Amino acid sequence: MSTITDVGTAATTAWTTVCRFDDLAVERGAAALLAGPAGPVQVALFRLVDDRVLAVQQLDPFAGANVMSRGIVGTRGGEPTVAAPLYKQVYSLVTGACLDTAGYAPRPGLAPRLATFPVRVADGVVSVGLPGAGGAAGAQERR
Amino acid sequence: MVAQRLVEALRARDDAGAWRVSVFAEEPRTPYDRVGLTRYFEVRDPEELALGDPALWDDPLVTLHRDCAVTAIDRAARTVTDRLGRVHPYDELVLATGSRAAMPPVPGNDLPGVFVYRTLDDVAALRGWVEAKRASFPAGRPVRGAVVGGGLLGLEAAGALTTLGAHATVLQSGTHLMNAQLDHGAGEALRRLINARGIGVRTQTVTSAMKPHRRTGHVGRLEFADGGRLDVDVVVVATGVQPRDELARAAGLETGERGGVVVDLACRTGDPHVWAVGEVACIEGRCTGLVAPGNAMAEVVADRLLGGEATFPGADTATRLKLSGVDVASFGDAHAGTPGAVEVVWADPVAGVYKKLVLSDDARTLLGGVFVGDATPYATLRPMLGAQLPGGDPSAFLLPEGGGGAPSLELPDDAAVCSCNNVSAGAVRAAVSEHGCTDLAGVKACTRAGTTCGSCLPLVKKIATAELERAGVAVSSALCEHFELTRAQLFDAVRVADLHTFTEIVERFGRRPVAADGTPGAPGRGCDICKPVVASILASLGNGHVLDGEQAALQDTNDHMLANMQKDGTYSVVPRMPGGEVTPDGLIAVGQVAKDFGLYTKITGGQRIDMFGARQEQLPDIWRRLVDAGFESGHAYGKSLRTVKSCVGSTWCRYGVQDAVGMAVALELRYRGLRSPHKIKLGVSGCARECAEARAKDVGIIATERGWNVYVGGNGGFTPRHAQLLAEDLDDETLVRVVDRFLMYYVRTADRLQRTAPWVEEVEGGLDGVRAVVLEDSLGICADLDAAMARHVEGYEDEWRAVLEDPVKLARFSSFVNAPTTPDPDLAYVPERGQLRPATDEEKRSGAAVLVAGPRLEVRA
Repeated sequence: MSTITDVGTAATTAWTTVCRFDDLAVERGAAALLAGPAGPVQVALFRLVDDRVLAVQQLDPFAGANVMSRGIVGTRGGEPTVAAPLYKQVYSLVTGACLDTAGYAPRPGLAPRLATFPVRVADGVVSVGLPGAGGAAGAQERR
Repeated sequence: MVAQRLVEALRARDDAGAWRVSVFAEEPRTPYDRVGLTRYFEVRDPEELALGDPALWDDPLVTLHRDCAVTAIDRAARTVTDRLGRVHPYDELVLATGSRAAMPPVPGNDLPGVFVYRTLDDVAALRGWVEAKRASFPAGRPVRGAVVGGGLLGLEAAGALTTLGAHATVLQSGTHLMNAQLDHGAGEALRRLINARGIGVRTQTVTSAMKPHRRTGHVGRLEFADGGRLDVDVVVVATGVQPRDELARAAGLETGERGGVVVDLACRTGDPHVWAVGEVACIEGRCTGLVAPGNAMAEVVADRLLGGEATFPGADTATRLKLSGVDVASFGDAHAGTPGAVEVVWADPVAGVYKKLVLSDDARTLLGGVFVGDATPYATLRPMLGAQLPGGDPSAFLLPEGGGGAPSLELPDDAAVCSCNNVSAGAVRAAVSEHGCTDLAGVKACTRAGTTCGSCLPLVKKIATAELERAGVAVSSALCEHFELTRAQLFDAVRVADLHTFTEIVERFGRRPVAADGTPGAPGRGCDICKPVVASILASLGNGHVLDGEQAALQDTNDHMLANMQKDGTYSVVPRMPGGEVTPDGLIAVGQVAKDFGLYTKITGGQRIDMFGARQEQLPDIWRRLVDAGFESGHAYGKSLRTVKSCVGSTWCRYGVQDAVGMAVALELRYRGLRSPHKIKLGVSGCARECAEARAKDVGIIATERGWNVYVGGNGGFTPRHAQLLAEDLDDETLVRVVDRFLMYYVRTADRLQRTAPWVEEVEGGLDGVRAVVLEDSLGICADLDAAMARHVEGYEDEWRAVLEDPVKLARFSSFVNAPTTPDPDLAYVPERGQLRPATDEEKRSGAAVLVAGPRLEVRA
């Protein structure tokens, strides 16, 4: 299989093989545990109906819990989305932007958006890219 | 009926009391609703068919002479003579003698077992005959009925025969059913619907003779002009009506060519002191056998008697057949007889739908319409008769609701919306804009619109909704951006179209965004609103395990993990304890599981045990232990039956009069796993002391000395409600049937996240409406509801046991796709009152918390 998604791959990106493409269920997220430069990073992977794979942070900024992979996948005006399972905020899976805060404010210190991660699918194997030690973004989006 | 309307109108407006009214009725009862005659088979109580406010007949200015037919009119002396020979003087005389059922001159039409279908006595006699026939037959031998005449009344009669458990065949001399109101295509669609109800139809069949059974002498066989025959045990003749104009003829009043007393547009006969209204009146050259024109005539005469100048507005020949499961309506120029008229037809033979609009030659002005199988556009379009339709494409009005989005109609303020109570569109709007009504129930109470037959309710709702929107109150029945339909509409759509996956459903019924150039795009992929709704609908319709295939992606996280997500992302686990009954061994097993997995335990309000803090990768292990100990899923995570709470009942309690626990256990086992629009809770109390707090439940059952009382629509929560009495003193079997139907009716028709209390309020007719549907089968859907519940009971499986047996489903419970058994390293707990609870952010930062796993601590054992 060829590359499906490859967003903003910087030279410093560190790629981690996560799972087989077939391990991912269509429109149902899966969490992955990666080793980041500053400690473990939890990522939520989503396989869409068109077989694209997108990755965002697993931490729900409004709940402070690692649950984003367990939200419902859908679309909003054609944009693929995930709804947080606890308080139902809706995020773009492409940009990580929060499209609907559902009347809540994020937890102190957390931005109302999700960090996104580049994903590669090659030969049926899914890899997720983390910014390297010199990368600008932290493991999770901070305010 | 029309006489009743006349008296009602006169008494309502004659403030001065100028008129004293005497009503002479041939039948020995107060006027009743003949249109609803068929309902008599269901309600079996003539009182139920009473028309209007019975207090009308107690009015000192109104005298009702029952069983007192008038036999002669003396116009010169202005008197009438009744059947007892009494002479009554009059100032003004109104003839409202109606019509009689026509009997074709066929040999044998006077045989025992041949009935007409006109009065309550006819209907009661028919019922008695069918029941006597069945009693005389060996078990299993059906009573065979035939109905001569395939019009409105004939179909009602056929429906009545099937309600009585008899076979029915409709014999229609014309080419298709209801040929006065329907075109051929619609007639054929109707035939399919009628056939689907188990009623036979023979068209182009003229009955030439009725033959007696050789032993009984009762009617036994019909012979047809084409040589065909049909063996029968009962025959109903419904071939039309003849005006009862004999009194008028004898009094020398002019009658029409085909009968009826000739009147002008003021409903006055040739004699200025004699009027005629209803079916006996020959107005504009003809008689009509429909109630609406009759009522219009009654209003005209009432107005004239009070010095007004009203004239007959023209016969509204719109008709609607209200046969359960068969929706037929027709209005205006249904046959497209207007020169140059064009017809727009939408037919879906698979779904049994045929809809047609008749338009003027420029395809703009609405001239008429025919609807079979889906008459939803009827209420909206009928008031537009003779007006221009907005929007470019009239076919948009015929597409299934929510499919294409018919342009919204802006009815003029004076358009009649509710013809039963004469409510205009303007009055409905005023209810919102001036009287502050914000929902349908308020508008109904304020205007009385839709409180009689209810057929205009969709239109009333639409107008009120439009007015609310204008006032800036947001109301949309659309589920979300992906579906224009409500949950109830989507439920029916999925059920009828027999769809089984989200993809199929969104492709067929989803909203397609329209691009700038007007081309519809692909539907979206749903969202957290519509996907759980579709999941629930599919589950209610029996589509296998909730985690099967694509269905798994529709489930809310709780349904997906078959557990309840808590604030830190772990889950709580609730095994079912039917009726709140649990054995000591069961309690020990639950306790041991909680202890081994370090779970916080608490007793729930529904009389069972909740265990908190289970990580998703632990759920299968926990459940393997619970299933081995004999427990099954408690569905605490689902929009589904939660618990049936009970008191200890007559088994132990000295006050109990019934076995409350036994009933609660039976009900919980029956309804376990039933997916619904919202959670459902039941309660059973063993006596009137009500220790189970059953009236705070969606269905509350309270024991009486004679059986069980059922209350519905209660809940705690944000808006606490007491359940209302639905039925009294039921035996066990009837109780279960009533609850079956109530729950299934709710499951099918409630909105998303609508609990039973608001649903009961919104059902047409409120609690009475629910009672009519589940106890009297007023919609004819009870067999269907019963079957659906039977399928549910039969198809039940423990969701957790099924997961444990399926490696594919088990894989869903991994914590990480690349580390399936590694716990979330961020989970942290602190002890409190001897158990663990999630740590606060402060406790995590200060290091007071016990991390479940991660860099600093090893995984807890």
